[in-house]
Amino acid sequence: MAKFMLEIVTPDRVFYKQETDMIIIRGLEGEMGILRDHEPFVTPLDIGQVRIKNDGQIKIAALSQGYVQVSEEKVVILSDTAEWPEEIDIERAEKAKERAAKRLEQKPEGLDILRAEIALKKAAIRIGTAKINQRH
Amino acid sequence: MGQNMNDIKRRIKSVTSTRQITKAMELVATAKLKRARTKLDASKPYFNTVLDSITEIISHTKGIKHPYIDCREAKKTLYIVITGDRGLAGGYNSNVCRLAENEIKEKSDVMIISIGSKGRDYFRRKGYSVSKSYIGVSETPSLEVTKEISEEIIRLYTNCEIDEVYLIYTEFRSTISYEPISLKLMPVNILPVTEENDEYPVIFRYEPSPESVLEYLIPKYLNSVIYGACIESSASESGARRIAMENATDNAEEMIDSLQLVYNRARQASITQEITEIVAGADALN
Repeated sequence: MAKFMLEIVTPDRVFYKQETDMIIIRGLEGEMGILRDHEPFVTPLDIGQVRIKNDGQIKIAALSQGYVQVSEEKVVILSDTAEWPEEIDIERAEKAKERAAKRLEQKPEGLDILRAEIALKKAAIRIGTAKINQRH
Repeated sequence: MGQNMNDIKRRIKSVTSTRQITKAMELVATAKLKRARTKLDASKPYFNTVLDSITEIISHTKGIKHPYIDCREAKKTLYIVITGDRGLAGGYNSNVCRLAENEIKEKSDVMIISIGSKGRDYFRRKGYSVSKSYIGVSETPSLEVTKEISEEIIRLYTNCEIDEVYLIYTEFRSTISYEPISLKLMPVNILPVTEENDEYPVIFRYEPSPESVLEYLIPKYLNSVIYGACIESSASESGARRIAMENATDNAEEMIDSLQLVYNRARQASITQEITEIVAGADALN
């Protein structure tokens, strides 16, 4: 399969930089797959996972908000954070999820609902991603 | 004479312990400088990518309109001043503060956010009001804090409470050269690539629209500029402190040497005097 250059960059490191067969990402309007020679385009990403397919193997990583830029020579994903399943601290994510859920339920005064929802979603994605590793 | 010698001895001891402290601080600053530089290198790719994307969008999309880019009449200006929390770093803190003050003097209506307690104290002393200050950040900048700051900027800017934002920080040129500089953050001032340099412009498709992508990108850009500036400042601070402490250590060593010389002379003088006294005494007996 024809490969393309994929870069995943976060503020604190270059998370991934390698030739890749295919990636599947979650854009704001649903999931999409990107292959070599994709039309150049840019779109923000939803909080979710990126699936990187390379030589028949699929790697999954959790992304928080970010955006993807497909250009002629490479595909760049920019995200606030990117983590492999084995890097995720499940306990911490579970706690964050509980905290966010509780806040949404109780609705204390001055609650930033959007923020709490984002926190909840992030935690859920991280837990989901971390559990992929355990299943294998 | 004995009294004098004890004094000198005591001084040598005190200078020696000062040298020990400055030496230790120098080593600590060297280690911190190294850490800050690694962090700086790690954050560069992200920053460059964000900047490239914004430049691309602005230069390839005609007639784009967004409040973050469009200039409006500057009535109120926000200054973000990055200094250290602690002194003993040579001219590091005062250089940043002086540049900031010169800039601020020219504006009629300003608002100051300080990162680092030195900047806050400086402007309070000069009678400016510092609306917010972040302490304990400048040495180990974190993305959470810079995000908070950039969100605050965006909020103030969209509410038209401020019309311009400047960032004043210390640029890290090399391990021995640092320059305080002032950078305009808002409205975002990015020069589009001119058509001549760009032979085959790639037409990007933006989903859902170029504006929405900018809406996402510009806060990210702000955040990474502020984060990068914080890291550069912290690298500069450690570098400046390292040099200051190196000089202090050298000076202490020089001082110890000259004190040692004075001490030896005094010792010799007192021995000579003692011998003269004994000889004189023996002579008197004969």
